[in-house]
Amino acid sequence: MADDVKFKVNIDGIPVEVPPGTTILNAARLIGGDIVPPAMCYYSKLQGSGGKCRTCLVKVSKGSDKDPRPMPKLVASCRTTVMDGMEVQNITSPEVIEARKGVVEMLLINHPLDCPICDQAGECHLQDLGYEHGLASTRYEFERRTFNKIDIGDKVQLHMTRCILCYRCVFVADQLTPQRVHGILGRGDAAEISTYIEKAIDNEFSGNVIDVCPVGALTDKTFRFKNRVWFTKPVEAHRDCPTCSGKVTLWYKGEEVLRVTARKDEYGEVEEFICNTCRFEKKATSDWVIEGPREVKRTSVISLNHYAELNPPAVVKKNLMLQEANKEQFERAKELL
Amino acid sequence: MTIGKPRLKADIMARKLLLTHIHVPGIHTFEVYRQQGGYRAVEKALKTLTPEEVVEEVKKSGLRGRGGAGFPTGMKWSFLAKPEGVPRYLVCNADESEPGTFKDRYLMTHIPHALIEGMIVSSYALGANTSYIYVRGEMMPQIRILERAIAEAKNAGFLGKNILGSGYDLELYVQPGGGAYICGEETALLESLEGKRGNPRIKPPFPAVSGLYNCPTVVNNVESIAATVPIINEGGEEYAKIGIERSTGTKLISASGNLNKPGVYEIELGLPVEEFIYSDEYCGGIANGKRLKAVVAGGSSVPILPANLILKTLKGESRLMTYESLADGGFQSGTMLGSGGFIAFDEDQCIVRNTWNFTRFYHHESCGQCSPCREGTGWMEKVLHKIEFGHGSYSDIDLLVDVSKKIEGNTICPLGDAAAWPVASAIRHFRDEFEWHITNGHEAQRRNYGLAHYADPLEPVM
Repeated sequence: MADDVKFKVNIDGIPVEVPPGTTILNAARLIGGDIVPPAMCYYSKLQGSGGKCRTCLVKVSKGSDKDPRPMPKLVASCRTTVMDGMEVQNITSPEVIEARKGVVEMLLINHPLDCPICDQAGECHLQDLGYEHGLASTRYEFERRTFNKIDIGDKVQLHMTRCILCYRCVFVADQLTPQRVHGILGRGDAAEISTYIEKAIDNEFSGNVIDVCPVGALTDKTFRFKNRVWFTKPVEAHRDCPTCSGKVTLWYKGEEVLRVTARKDEYGEVEEFICNTCRFEKKATSDWVIEGPREVKRTSVISLNHYAELNPPAVVKKNLMLQEANKEQFERAKELL
Repeated sequence: MTIGKPRLKADIMARKLLLTHIHVPGIHTFEVYRQQGGYRAVEKALKTLTPEEVVEEVKKSGLRGRGGAGFPTGMKWSFLAKPEGVPRYLVCNADESEPGTFKDRYLMTHIPHALIEGMIVSSYALGANTSYIYVRGEMMPQIRILERAIAEAKNAGFLGKNILGSGYDLELYVQPGGGAYICGEETALLESLEGKRGNPRIKPPFPAVSGLYNCPTVVNNVESIAATVPIINEGGEEYAKIGIERSTGTKLISASGNLNKPGVYEIELGLPVEEFIYSDEYCGGIANGKRLKAVVAGGSSVPILPANLILKTLKGESRLMTYESLADGGFQSGTMLGSGGFIAFDEDQCIVRNTWNFTRFYHHESCGQCSPCREGTGWMEKVLHKIEFGHGSYSDIDLLVDVSKKIEGNTICPLGDAAAWPVASAIRHFRDEFEWHITNGHEAQRRNYGLAHYADPLEPVM
């Protein structure tokens, strides 16, 4: 097949042309916006990821031009490749919305909902997912599952109760580090991320499991309980690192760098994985070349009190004095950013 | 749908194809098996037929997968990708773990050479030079039996290099299973066979394209493979004459529960369910003179049916042991032949308890990979436990139906469906009994709901 062959796909009535082999999810991401299915386990940078969380289920209402039959079941859009002429329904299908609601409810029944003390709160995909697709209350009335705590190492904190078993951290260890020492033990709802040997996770790239974790199951021990993410200011920076790309986001509180993470795109996926030295050791501004403030989605809680553009409400527009004050505040806010 | 003619009493003494010589002493040994005409199919296939012709015979026979799904075996074989220079594999799924199903164990224990012979014929048809029998880990005696049978066959020149001078090579290996129900799901089985955790793979790609070690692979049930032996011996068309419509040949049924004579029976497909339960040739009726309340016809995963619906379809026709007849009425009033795990419940059995028991099994056996199954099976188990022990409320019944709906069809592998169907069907057909557990919570701890109206004949619906 020639390289320039493109498949025509239609997602929620929006046409897009993509190369063969593209998944429905990635085709939807090319369109962008509300029709992109949420993904908790798929991670474009990790081979073999996806298909597990089932939040990205979509309905294929027409298989292809050649074989127009619809697919009998909802399919995981992250692992289903497109066919020429395929028609997909995501938010336009009540069946998909209902199934997704079910999946979100299932993901939450055993989740501790300890967001007030969870370091991931504010940048947690499960929070977003629950907010967008879930119910306000739960129908689950039994005790939530707990696990024995294990210490997996001095840099990464494991909270197994929050885990949704997306397997991303397992793929990271498989694909980024020479030897994986953690994995899934047990099965069913007793399955857990664990290591046979305590404190065993010690590898130059092990910190990336924190970035790929969609929930607060794997968090940064050096940032633990230091601050809520929405009180910190993300700043893009880089350094000349011999191990990794050195391109990071620094999370400032005042003058102090509280946390270093890899840079994430709009789907929460890191652009490039970073090494543990950059992540855990380099926490002084002098270690870094500052590039500028990181853009934060307006809908994110991290953008709280950050003003990106001056858009005064009608009442301000009419009053000159208020207008001046508003402008002044906007400038101040921009400096803070 | 029309149902073919019910089998008349006149053509009694049903034909046996797999268990013909089961009572011959020493049939588990190569010598006796050979004396009884064993390995004729290998000779016929390797000496007189091309692999394509073997596939064609199996296609003509109409043989459908005996592991549960009932997919035509010949068609499955013809889907196998055949790229140049890439090995192809045949894997026999002997990880029989479905509650209520024990036919494969019976076959492997007593007549292991039937499986070995079938493996040789099938491997030849598929062009596989290495084939595996993945046996459930708990079946250690059967693993030893199979290994001895393989050694015997190899000694006799039916395995190894240049079998019977035909130039065809085949090595056969037995692999003990990983000890989980999920390893019987074909892609989880392949993962487990490769030495990994037995998590089902996400399909596509299907094993026919990328299976064991990413090579084209066919996974077949023990009984399906063994059935290729009579198909080759007698010809596909001859085999297809047995049975009704698209349910051809014979099927091993594992009969259990409150029956006078539980055990493994080989039936001709098309046998009326009523005859299977009550005739002396088969199960001999319900034990202790009790009355039949319900039947799970094809292993724990298939929908449970009350006595009146299992004996007659909604149209009032006699229900037969065929893929089509058992499924007649769809999910509303039908069930499935599944793997042939036939469990009968008498009037003293509690459907709520049984449903809880099944769900407990699926909760325990879920691999935990995808969220609806991991979380949903545990949730259903807890709610059913609550109802069974008299603490349930009416809303719990609707909750169960809703949770089962949200699992069904939304999971990676069929285990989710298998967990959802028994719950959904039990509530569909035995809702009164569930409600009685809620309104009479205390009483339900002391006595069972009983037969109620579950055996009353239904007005046929046209």
